[in-house]
Amino acid sequence: KDRGLIERVKMPEMNAMKRVCYQDREVNLGLDVQSAVREAQRCMDCVNPTCMEGCPVSINIPKFIKNIERGEFLEAAKTLKETSALPAVCGRVCPQEKQCEANCFYTLKLKKTPVAIGYLERFAADYERESGQASIPETAPKNGIKVAAIGSGPASLAFAGDMIKLGYDVTVFEALHEIGGVLKYGIPEFRLPNKIVDVELDNLEKMGVRFERNFIVGRTASFDDLKAEGYQAFFVASGAGLPRFMNIPGENYNGILSSNEYLTRVNLMNAADDSFDTPVLKGKNVAVVGGGNTAMDSVRTAKRLGADRAMIIYRRSREEMPARVEEIHHAEEEGIEFINLTNPIEYFSDENGRVKSMKVQRMELAEADASGRRRPVVIEGSEYEIPVDVVVVAIGVSPNPLVPSELPQLKVSRWGTIDVDSETMQSSMPELFAGGDIVRGGATVILAMGDGRRAAAGMHQYLSEQN
Amino acid sequence: MNEIINVESFSENVVKLVVKAPRIARSRKPGHFIILRIDEKGERIPLTIAAADEKAGTITLVAQKVGVTSKRLCEMKPGDSILDLVGPLGKATHIEKVGTVLACGGGVGVAPLLPIVEGFKKAGNRVVTILAARSKDLIILEDEIRKWSDEVIVMTDDGSHGRKGLVTAGAEEVIKREKVDECVAIGPAVMMKFTSLLTQKYNIPTQASLNAIMVDGTGMCGACRVSVGGQTKFTCVDGPEFDAEKIDFDELILRLGGYKAEEKEAFERFMQTVTI
Ligand SMILES: Cc1cc2nc3c(=O)[nH]c(=O)nc-3n(C[C@H](O)[C@H](O)[C@H](O)COP(=O)(O)OP(=O)(O)OC[C@H]3O[C@@H](n4cnc5c(N)ncnc54)[C@H](O)[C@@H]3O)c2cc1C
Ligand SMILES: Cc1cc2nc3c(=O)[nH]c(=O)nc-3n(C[C@H](O)[C@H](O)[C@H](O)COP(=O)(O)OP(=O)(O)OC[C@H]3O[C@@H](n4cnc5c(N)ncnc54)[C@H](O)[C@@H]3O)c2cc1C
Ligand code: SF4
Ligand code: SF4
Ligand code: FES
Ligand SMILES: [Mg+2]
Repeated sequence: KDRGLIERVKMPEMNAMKRVCYQDREVNLGLDVQSAVREAQRCMDCVNPTCMEGCPVSINIPKFIKNIERGEFLEAAKTLKETSALPAVCGRVCPQEKQCEANCFYTLKLKKTPVAIGYLERFAADYERESGQASIPETAPKNGIKVAAIGSGPASLAFAGDMIKLGYDVTVFEALHEIGGVLKYGIPEFRLPNKIVDVELDNLEKMGVRFERNFIVGRTASFDDLKAEGYQAFFVASGAGLPRFMNIPGENYNGILSSNEYLTRVNLMNAADDSFDTPVLKGKNVAVVGGGNTAMDSVRTAKRLGADRAMIIYRRSREEMPARVEEIHHAEEEGIEFINLTNPIEYFSDENGRVKSMKVQRMELAEADASGRRRPVVIEGSEYEIPVDVVVVAIGVSPNPLVPSELPQLKVSRWGTIDVDSETMQSSMPELFAGGDIVRGGATVILAMGDGRRAAAGMHQYLSEQN
Repeated sequence: MNEIINVESFSENVVKLVVKAPRIARSRKPGHFIILRIDEKGERIPLTIAAADEKAGTITLVAQKVGVTSKRLCEMKPGDSILDLVGPLGKATHIEKVGTVLACGGGVGVAPLLPIVEGFKKAGNRVVTILAARSKDLIILEDEIRKWSDEVIVMTDDGSHGRKGLVTAGAEEVIKREKVDECVAIGPAVMMKFTSLLTQKYNIPTQASLNAIMVDGTGMCGACRVSVGGQTKFTCVDGPEFDAEKIDFDELILRLGGYKAEEKEAFERFMQTVTI
């Protein structure tokens, strides 16, 4: 049989007209057993599996896919868990087209569509979870050494999983009232259902990880307080939670908000549901500024909240959009308008200070510069106005300044990210390790998890030498 | 978790709550606030820490009923628990010995003013406090404020307690009478705006504590942004106190109304659930 002739599987999805009526229904429905096995058959089990080079945590891709092909789905899940703490999450949100799948033999050599590594990863992880046979990993005997993780995003969860297995006494401190970081407050239900994250949290809890909600390290208690309580080392994974604005006239009018505020209201506070007290603005003409995952999540949320026009305003073209290709595609199916090569320059309000229109200008792309990126330049005289009643600014985030501001002796870069050794993730303070977005600026879930795992190894080494 | 130890009504609409929160009681300073969520379906709202008892492990909050969440909070009983409570948030008030401090509090603004008045007094300042409200029953914490002030002037809109008139009338009288080195104003945005305009006239450095709309309180959402000296600041992490002269109060007042329609709807829905 010729593996190369099998067509790449199509992900079954909920119909676009139907799914925009629900804030909380997942778009991708997942592969069934038959199509997963068939897709697995496409994998050539390459002698030199280049796909693995594209995966930031080097998952043994051919091995887990072969397990699926043989029908050993639980084995496949086990293979995934050797390297990834949250395969059900990464299978859904990794930018596969830039990572593993971009480096698949099919893409590189055959110029064909790659093996659907992400879909298969999700399949194996979902299968294991739904089988109810997910194994709770074994943990080493307790060594009695207390360590703390700060923040509860993917970096900390991966860190906590590894440290608890090594026998440490692990506490995760989270400022918000929910565990999960961006996985909970940022990424919407229609892309990553909370219950999938919750299963992983349950597992960590069963393994003995303690979670302290509503606890801001540096405020509720200082690092010194925690040291006095016996914590010997810290993993800082406080994320890149500080939203950027454009600083253009009128940006503080009502109705103009950051994507963090918009998504937090809907995802963390359930604002779309009338039985919850938190309000959210439901606009008719909603413009979302930006072209990343956050922008796509916001604009598709706006559509689901009933917007007639839900628009992306992006200053470059579709090719440069940093969002996952699948999200852009889903957004197009859902009737999102893409107003590309366009940038806002001013907002106007009604007499109550509520935004009513935005002035934008058209852009064109100049020649690629030294960095290889084509820079957008203004087309003079191209300004025009777009009527809007809600604007979501999704142009990026900066590192959360809370922890660095509490620790003057900690070395940070000029962008406010924590400086660490890239192998051990140790910072300039020996007992303090860091990873995820607080080290990288806005990055990805899988990179954050990889950092968490490296930090666990680094901290284990450090503490073994100390104790 | 976060058990309510004691509840006391100051007036029909203003309630004092003593809540168990040992860590916060230990780490808080004047000017700090907390964010709470009453239950699973509740919203997150900020309230200033009016006082704390480190030994008892409690903090004191003073809340005024203005909408769904504050109303539900004010109706809670001793023994009830608040599901989520996080803090201390914000920057602490910069307190030092400056000479004479004029403290102006309007309405429930007196609650956050109390620890600041206490702090300035303990730092060795002469403290003159103006308490202002619409009428007598809206003047709160008068005894506690008196304890830490050299002089207290009460002003009510209707003259039902103290003198009749606005906070600015009382303040101007003090400024004309003696040298004031610093002013602190906390209350409704309009009250702070006019107090600030007055003290500017006399070149008195003035701090105002802003009550912007908040969600997370950790600098993550930007809901609380205000313009100070032409720059956007986040009230929860850069404030809540700012140099009053530089604050764009008109923008703040507009932004405070940002969810008015939604809040009104929520209130009507809530009132239906309680009458059924
Ligand atoms: C809307 C949105 C969509 C995204 N989509 C994708 C996607 O599709 N694919 C992808 O790979 N990546 C995506 N990302 C990026 C990805 O989510 C992040 O890179 C990742 O979550 C970073 O993980 P982290 O562990 O560093 O921190 P975070 O997930 O940011 O979590 C940090 C946590 O730390 C808490 N915290 C901060 N300071 C303190 C303190 N002092 N004490 C206690 N707690 C504290 C914060 O409250 C927060 O919960 C998206 C991001 C957003 C915002
Ligand atoms: C730093 C700070 C300290 C504060 N301290 C006190 C205090 O000690 N005592 C007190 O009574 N009040 C205080 N407030 C104001 C208090 O938070 C609001 O009155 C409360 O949130 C109203 O919520 P609601 O649901 O009852 O009313 P709603 O009907 O929802 O709102 C009424 C008005 O309150 C404001 N508001 C609504 N939601 C929020 C929110 N999430 N965050 C901030 N403001 C909001 C808006 O201006 C709104 O128009 C403080 C506010 C801030 C920012
Ligand atoms: S973790 Fe992400 S990059 Fe790695 S194999 Fe899975 S989907 Fe691909
Ligand atoms: S490169 Fe593609 S075909 Fe080769 S092992 Fe990896 S997934 Fe399979
Ligand atoms: S309340 Fe969210 S940034 Fe201040
Ligand atoms: Mg409210």
